[in-house]
Amino acid sequence: MTKKIEMSAGKVPEIGASQIELLEKLCNATAVSGDEHEVRQIVLEAVKLIADEVKVDALGNVLATKFGRGENRVRVMLAAHMDEIGLMVVKKHEDGVFEFERVGGIDERQLPGKSVLVGREHLPGVIGAKPIHMTTADERKNKIDVSAMRIDLGPEIGEKVKPGDRATFATRFELLGPSIRAKALDDRFGVATLIELLKHAPDQIDLLAAFTVQEEVGLRGARVAAYALDPNMAIAVDATPAYDLPPWDDEDENDRYNTRLDAGPAIYVMDFGTIPDRRLVNWLVETATQAVIPYQLRQPGGGGTDAGAIHKVRSGIPSVSVSVPVRYAHTAASIARLDDWANTLRLLHTALGRVTPDLLAGERRG
Amino acid sequence: MKSLIQQLVETPGPSGFEYAIRDVIREAITNVADEIRVDALGSLIARKGIKTDGGMRVMVSAHIDEIGLMVTHIDENGFVRFTNIGGINPLTCYGGRVLFMDGTQGVIGMDAIGPGKMPKLPDLFIDVGATSKDDCPVKVGDVCGFERPFLDLGKRMVAKSMDDRIAAAVAIEALKRLEHTPHEVHFVFSTQEEVGLRGATTAAYGVDPDVGFAVDVTRSGDTPRFSPKMATALGDGPAIKVRDSSFIADPRLVAWMIKAAEEAGIPYQLEVLEAGGTDGRAIQLTRSGVPAGCVSIVCRYIHSPSEMVDSEDVENAVKLLVKLLSEPIILG
Repeated sequence: MTKKIEMSAGKVPEIGASQIELLEKLCNATAVSGDEHEVRQIVLEAVKLIADEVKVDALGNVLATKFGRGENRVRVMLAAHMDEIGLMVVKKHEDGVFEFERVGGIDERQLPGKSVLVGREHLPGVIGAKPIHMTTADERKNKIDVSAMRIDLGPEIGEKVKPGDRATFATRFELLGPSIRAKALDDRFGVATLIELLKHAPDQIDLLAAFTVQEEVGLRGARVAAYALDPNMAIAVDATPAYDLPPWDDEDENDRYNTRLDAGPAIYVMDFGTIPDRRLVNWLVETATQAVIPYQLRQPGGGGTDAGAIHKVRSGIPSVSVSVPVRYAHTAASIARLDDWANTLRLLHTALGRVTPDLLAGERRG
Repeated sequence: MKSLIQQLVETPGPSGFEYAIRDVIREAITNVADEIRVDALGSLIARKGIKTDGGMRVMVSAHIDEIGLMVTHIDENGFVRFTNIGGINPLTCYGGRVLFMDGTQGVIGMDAIGPGKMPKLPDLFIDVGATSKDDCPVKVGDVCGFERPFLDLGKRMVAKSMDDRIAAAVAIEALKRLEHTPHEVHFVFSTQEEVGLRGATTAAYGVDPDVGFAVDVTRSGDTPRFSPKMATALGDGPAIKVRDSSFIADPRLVAWMIKAAEEAGIPYQLEVLEAGGTDGRAIQLTRSGVPAGCVSIVCRYIHSPSEMVDSEDVENAVKLLVKLLSEPIILG
């Protein structure tokens, strides 16, 4: 038997039209690691009236604090990264054609033929691909190296582009019934979730929201953010791949799916960067069970979140991660479910409302 | 000391799940340490002595985690797929036995991958004797270590987790024998070394030492057709690390350690390890930087379920560590 938790009406965050609109704005913005300006502006605008303290640190993280009331408040850090994977222009050729490099983890096979937006002005271009008429059968079997690819913006627009400019996939946010198709759901889902949690922060804790930079190139922003915030515990809120399609040959069970769509927020038990504190894993699982919120345990393995940097800061910070499952992460377009996002927000909000100093009393037991 | 070693190596404690082994160690040192605490990542930190004139705050780090496995999936027939915690060699997995933290046991089986092929981790599974997903006693996220009893071969000892419980035994024994020290010594029994020196990183920040030593195992170069060449051998004494692939020991400390060993007539060997790292790196890079060195116990078959060390090397490692901690540390 599970006991349903009573929650005071009006305080529960929900995903409605305005939340979806904000997510759309966040996803359509460009914030490739190291140049998170556009998303940072949206975040600052959203949090300035709801947080008690807002600052931008030396690396560009937005640190927004909502203080609680009363004694013995646990300082809870939430981290969501503002940056996304993308491209960087490195060298100009004739007629608005540019060489580029990847920023963060992108499979080069995903690139040829994709429309892109270059620079802060979102200048439209395309990663050119050789037409099928001109290729040989052998060429079509081989992948194309990034060094052989070019972004083509044409002569006039190309004049405005310079080395160092970032580019993203040109995919626009769309609602497809119960689903979202967009780029950069990794980790605009987390960013939008943190904004909602700041709005509905429980008052028995201090909520320290870090909108971090440079996660995709090595968790760089989260490290300095955690040092500055010096929290008692931390949760990274991110997006993680769902590779939940049946095996193509139908012969075997798919045993390496990472996560599944429609199964709720993914709670981490281990990834490449972190072995989460099991007290926090159990707290999330118990919260989900008692509040009847669907959840899944993300399969342990590779990948990582800001928690990988945060938990090693200073004398150590008990940490865990929660992600929204997303199909086709780190490609031009991902598919995710609105319900998974809503349940992630519900789980985190309910769990934060149950944080007491007892959660971290005693020793880490795995 | 062998009964302590047996207890240490037979207690399961994969990275991140060191609570049982931590309790064993706390029990062993509770009457000899001046102060014992546990940090946020689960490292046990035992202080002995207080910093005096001519003394330093010294961190000695031996990691108490071991490599292990974590469950990723239970299939419809109750077979358990897993991923690695730390550096697991699939070659040494097949046919092995595992012990979960709750006491559940199992054996490791393998898919039919074809003759002459080397297995990879996704080709392997744990069979806990279940007949279906429903009666399988383990679930996603559960953790196990290899199960293998301690083997006393007289001069040589064999166990699944000599890396790094033998160093924990050396540190415990040194703590017990250390009578007079000008230093404030913090014996750190660190966690999560096998997944990236994580416990030592936060412990070093907390201890804020003036100087630090890791105690760990290192590879031996004395087995047949060993490659790459390594100058270390079982029975030639504790190894004073010059460098490994994670850090370069402070050359002033290395020279001082050599001098101390020679003064005390303790046999030693010098170690250059081309692939491998230790808590020494985490100590060296904490805060503003710390002079760091490492005492190694030479070990054969590291990260297999049968790691072998030499009993006299272990005894001499204790003697060397006690000698190092008993007198002023001179960084010439």
